[in-house]
Amino acid sequence: MKHLLDFDDWNRGELESILETSNMMEQVLERPIKKVPALQGFTICTAFFENSTRTKVSFELAARRMSADVVSFASGASSLSKGESLRDTLETLKAMRMDCFIVRHPASGAAHQVAKFSNSPTVNAGDGRRAHPTQALLDAYTLKKHFGKLEGLKVAIIGDVRHSRVARSNAQLLKILGADVTLCGPAPLLPRELSGMARLTTDPLEAVKGAHAVMALRIQQERLSSGFLSSLYEYRAGYQVNEKLLKGAREDAIVMHPGPMLRDLEISGTLASSGRSVILEQVENGVAVRMAVLYHLLVGKK
Amino acid sequence: MQFKATMMDAAGVLRAITRITHEILEHNKGAESLAIVGIHTRGIPLAKRIADRIAQLEGIVVPTGKLDITLYRDDLWEIGLQPIVRQTEIEFSMAGRQVILVDDVLYTGRTVRAGLDALIDLGRPKNIQLAVLVDRGHRELPIRADYVGKNLPTARLEVVKVRLTETDGGHDVVELWERE
Repeated sequence: MKHLLDFDDWNRGELESILETSNMMEQVLERPIKKVPALQGFTICTAFFENSTRTKVSFELAARRMSADVVSFASGASSLSKGESLRDTLETLKAMRMDCFIVRHPASGAAHQVAKFSNSPTVNAGDGRRAHPTQALLDAYTLKKHFGKLEGLKVAIIGDVRHSRVARSNAQLLKILGADVTLCGPAPLLPRELSGMARLTTDPLEAVKGAHAVMALRIQQERLSSGFLSSLYEYRAGYQVNEKLLKGAREDAIVMHPGPMLRDLEISGTLASSGRSVILEQVENGVAVRMAVLYHLLVGKK
Repeated sequence: MQFKATMMDAAGVLRAITRITHEILEHNKGAESLAIVGIHTRGIPLAKRIADRIAQLEGIVVPTGKLDITLYRDDLWEIGLQPIVRQTEIEFSMAGRQVILVDDVLYTGRTVRAGLDALIDLGRPKNIQLAVLVDRGHRELPIRADYVGKNLPTARLEVVKVRLTETDGGHDVVELWERE
């Protein structure tokens, strides 16, 4: 049984195959009837213990487009508030015969726990700050659509890298697929331990030099009170992804953001809405990519 | 697997396609509003050959398409190995079209059933007709071909192998093999 918890157990061939299938799924989404019966009879449970708009809706759509039945578990309205543990919650859901779990949880490793207890294919929709593999896949797919390939692409990821599962998963995936990643942010938000995964720099001009894509990460207000950031003005002045910073990148460079974004904070509002921005395309591609992920994990495996 | 016999050689395939084309034109009183859609894999070159023949005979270019039915199969959980999803390319509108669905071998009928579902999800054709190179019997669903190259009664243990130049290289041939 295979899970998509991160990319530790995935090889390049398998990942490229998911991107290929995403392309086919995209075509399904262009038809008048956006449905295929491939996952008919499967019950997929989205278990979100953390807020989400795009990821949750994206997964639900992906599952429904494949004709699966979707059950949604939102922690706010669940018995977790009565003190039920994660394990018991899962065993309860498992007793109702779920074929697949899609989990988002504030604790790292939560998806691994779900995979272990549920004994069903599990997709990590974001665990703590550790990983968010489907985001990385849709980002890679978006890049590949734009540039025709991933090998040799130079990608700069700028923002609060320390607290970003998106940055970690992107760095891991893009490295496997042959792209060149630079992680950039103010020193307190750029952990040295990541130097094995990607190039690290606190200088955004250096990060974007020759880059095919510049990805901005959300700045969280909470970081101010915990001492990681001195002031938002300072962050904006030094690290905002805006037209001026993009001048250092390639002329055909695209601008990405996993969302949700704070316009004019980590990314300038005008750039986010410009022709160089592929932010909405990322969201659109997310459904096709998640359909491909579900296809690869569930089809032929019952 | 054991080779048993050659059921159609290249000349035989050519004659069958010619006859099927004539039958299509005869039954539909010409090529107007026709579209020819081949099912992956070998239905595709067959569809193209029929369309080319029609162009030669009537001077009309009939739109062709490619249909991948992987996502519509009813046996996805049985096959074990994960089937690769391939391109469906249908660039014309279904409305008002008489679609000739083309495949190489008609057997249980499940592939054609999946093809019908896939086509109908793309729009509402005026009608759908089925053309196959070989009908080997053993239908598991109430499906029949409108145009058949060759009727070939077979045993379940037997396997019909079709090779076409476009997909397999070499000469066209239809062979009968037997499983051990």
